[in-house]
Amino acid sequence: MAELHELDLAEARDLLRRRVISSRELAEALLTEIERAAPLNAFLTLDRERTLAMADAADAALAGGEHGPMTGLPVAIKDVFCTEGVRTTAGSRILENFIPPYESTVTANLWRAGAVMLGKTNMDEFAMGSSNENSAFGPVRGPWRNGKGEDLVPGGSSGGSAAAVAARLAPGATATDTGGSIRQPASFTGTVGMKPTYGRCSRYGMIAFASSLDQAGPITRTVRDAAIMLGAMAGHDEKDSTVVDRPVPDYEAALERGVKGLKVGVPKEYHSAKTPKEIEDLWLEAIEWLKAAGAEVVDITLPHTEAALPTYYIVAPAEASSNLARYDGVRYGLRVMPDEKASLTEMYEATRGAGFGREVKRRIMIGTYVLSAGYYDAYYLKAQKVRALIARDFAEAFETVDLILTPTAPSAAFALGAKPDPIAMYYNDVFTVPSSLAGLPAISVPAGTDGQGLPLGLQLIGRAFDEETVFAGARVLEEAAGFSAAPEPWWKKGS
Amino acid sequence: MSEYRIQGATGDWEVVIGMEVHAQVISHAKLFSGASTEFGAEPNTQVSLVDAAMPGMLPVINEECVRQAVRTGLALNAEIHQWSRFDRKNYFYPDLPAGYQISQYAHPIVGEGWVEIELEGDVTKRVGIERLHLEQDAGKSMHDQHPDYTLVDLNRAGVALMEIVSKPDMRSPEEAGAFLRKLRTLLRYIGACDGNMEQGSMRADVNVSVRRPGEPFGTRCEIKNVNSMRFVMAAVEYEAQRQVDILEAGGVIDQETRLFDAGRMETRSMRSKEEAHDYRYFPDPDLLPLEFDDAFIEAARASLPEMPDDKRRRYVEDLGLPSYNASTLVMEREAAEYFEDLLARLAKATGKLEREVAARASNWILSDLFGHLNKAGRSIADSPVAPDAGAELLMLVIEGRISGRVAKDVFEEMFASGRRAIAIVEEKGLTQVSDEGALAEIVEKVLAANPAQVEQYRGGKTKVIGFFVGQVMKETRGQANPAVVNKLLKERLDG
Repeated sequence: MAELHELDLAEARDLLRRRVISSRELAEALLTEIERAAPLNAFLTLDRERTLAMADAADAALAGGEHGPMTGLPVAIKDVFCTEGVRTTAGSRILENFIPPYESTVTANLWRAGAVMLGKTNMDEFAMGSSNENSAFGPVRGPWRNGKGEDLVPGGSSGGSAAAVAARLAPGATATDTGGSIRQPASFTGTVGMKPTYGRCSRYGMIAFASSLDQAGPITRTVRDAAIMLGAMAGHDEKDSTVVDRPVPDYEAALERGVKGLKVGVPKEYHSAKTPKEIEDLWLEAIEWLKAAGAEVVDITLPHTEAALPTYYIVAPAEASSNLARYDGVRYGLRVMPDEKASLTEMYEATRGAGFGREVKRRIMIGTYVLSAGYYDAYYLKAQKVRALIARDFAEAFETVDLILTPTAPSAAFALGAKPDPIAMYYNDVFTVPSSLAGLPAISVPAGTDGQGLPLGLQLIGRAFDEETVFAGARVLEEAAGFSAAPEPWWKKGS
Repeated sequence: MSEYRIQGATGDWEVVIGMEVHAQVISHAKLFSGASTEFGAEPNTQVSLVDAAMPGMLPVINEECVRQAVRTGLALNAEIHQWSRFDRKNYFYPDLPAGYQISQYAHPIVGEGWVEIELEGDVTKRVGIERLHLEQDAGKSMHDQHPDYTLVDLNRAGVALMEIVSKPDMRSPEEAGAFLRKLRTLLRYIGACDGNMEQGSMRADVNVSVRRPGEPFGTRCEIKNVNSMRFVMAAVEYEAQRQVDILEAGGVIDQETRLFDAGRMETRSMRSKEEAHDYRYFPDPDLLPLEFDDAFIEAARASLPEMPDDKRRRYVEDLGLPSYNASTLVMEREAAEYFEDLLARLAKATGKLEREVAARASNWILSDLFGHLNKAGRSIADSPVAPDAGAELLMLVIEGRISGRVAKDVFEEMFASGRRAIAIVEEKGLTQVSDEGALAEIVEKVLAANPAQVEQYRGGKTKVIGFFVGQVMKETRGQANPAVVNKLLKERLDG
């Protein structure tokens, strides 16, 4: 048997149900690993007592022959999900001491399924970033290292979740994706990241970045685990008007459907001279894997792909500028009074000036600008129109194909501090943003490594609410790729 | 049409008035949260997590508020939009927790319609409705509760308002007052708003401009939060005169927002057009467009009571009421219902047609009942004399069992004690005497005691018959049937 902390969700589930191991042992082993991995800075908040109490409750349920879909399985929670009585920061100074008196629907669903909370993971502030360097509580160091032994980013914004899963600190973690924040860190860390269809998981209690794009999903080490976890997270919720009222299928049951007879599209617009050859090669290799599994692979066109990134960087900041207006120092969170006689406006300025980091401020300003009188039509309205065209591209493509295969990210993990230019940083989302704008389900599967041994992911995009086919395709890729690399646990040395 | 003109030194001016009325929707819960809307509760006790704009909270539309908006739209003879949308109006203020107000800017739920207003001398006029939209109210900032701080009460934050916008169709203070009165009547009829201006559940912003008759519209000023009918008329009068004075002195009107000072009965500048906010409206991504089917509209229509205009017409045409009586009775739904209830009972009790007894019933309500209610400061809804009791009293008069004079005393007693008319009449022995034998004796006695007046009568001064009737009444403590007394007197005097 593998060491406890190395078990994936499906393995642990089996051993828990057979009562070979207890949830408490598993949780304790993982908490120990988390402690030893402090240099990664993957976790922001731990509550050992609570974790063990939840594990004990799960063990009691299991002893009584009762088990839910995830009973006793420990998972990490991205710090963007409000957890009742447990500090929730969204990676921001402005919520440094915020303890929500309520639970997000996604986490409540997980607890109802029997899952156990390990802790809250680090993230880019308000989920804005692609490297997890924008956290107010310091960057996450990725568990992988390149040939030069440099510290690499884990990707973002769900960097803490991805790093924790890759470093075997948690078998699974919740994450959120607005323009790639589940898939890109999964690709960088050799993990599986599933962004479901917009409207599949409730956003209630999930701290908003861009409401029309934000969607919760899991990061795990296997496709099966992603199916298990998404099944527990998803579902209708009367507290979110944008979540759909349709049953959650048994995703795990769809895993072995294969791709025989399916048509997989390869969009020509995703080929770029900027993409490293290793990624292009891996993509071509995956086409052969799918063909070998019985799929028909065809070239398709998604003509508005080029406009996706600029469109996204108008729509998302516009919504963010409004969503983040509530952090004003009046009711909760940080309040900074420059002096006793400060006016209301001075209080607002001082609070938001001190409470928000550079990237958040940049996006608030971009968002405010594109919504301003005189600029609205040229930016926001135009972006909405282009967004509709991008969605139409996909809809037309899905009239003939069942899945779309692309790389997840245009590079492997890069070194901390390597991309000081925000525009260069935004380019990380180039392959993930179009499906976000269209609200479609998309998964990143670890498919290989580059010359330096760093993981590379491939992305499968599916039809709206057809997560089952996405999982089935991902399972085929996973099987064919046989990705088994794990990062060398350098963080344990000397501890 | 009224021809209201302001006589300036250089000629006549016409005033042009439009109105925006905010009406608080009657509903147990707020527009987007389940919190209670009770008025007068302790500060900050009617606030949900959504109202306080806690992180991750989402709005969910309250269907009852939508239903009320549709009902109001129907009452305003307006076009109902089966597709409408909520936008965010962004601005910072402590009593606006989210930093934006959810409103319907571009696509309101109700479009164009009209109301009929009644003016002096039986004249009616149609005032156009531009639109009606749903929006959230803000909280309340209190600047006078603490020497150093402004306190905020969020009980009202998120309460549903309907903003009803008229077309600039009013031409005099009288018309403005009549419009607001009519709107209030309609809203109260259908139970969509309690119309309570003192508590702020109905507030008006008045747009005023002046022009030479026949010329295009002048520049308008908006007068904010005018909170009584009387103030609306006073504000229009003052503002129109102010603008005429400026124009006649060769000045120009600045488009600005002004405040009505009820203490000085004048308007004061609040902010100019240049100082206006840029609200950065955009569609609220947390909410889906608001859509409903024909059945929803038809159900709303079916729930509407008979409208005051229809009632008034019916009262005049079918029941033969004088138009003043009809208009006054329909002003408040409770009064009209009281009248109709009483009338039905009265017709049944007397075996007469409603039409035959309607005038008497309406006269009694308007003079006797309203007179007493006003003096007692009570509304018709809590009248101590219920419709069935009133019908019983009038029945006694119509059947000649008590005289009109006695009826007034009996009513007095009914109003004070809540007792029934028959009980009072029987107990005090007030039944009208119509027995000719009994009355003939008294007539004889009265004539014998007043020989001088008998002389006068016979000398041609027949008017003194009134004196004899009075004397007979006095003798019988008002119980004599005046018709019988008249007849007997004439027989005796003329014979």
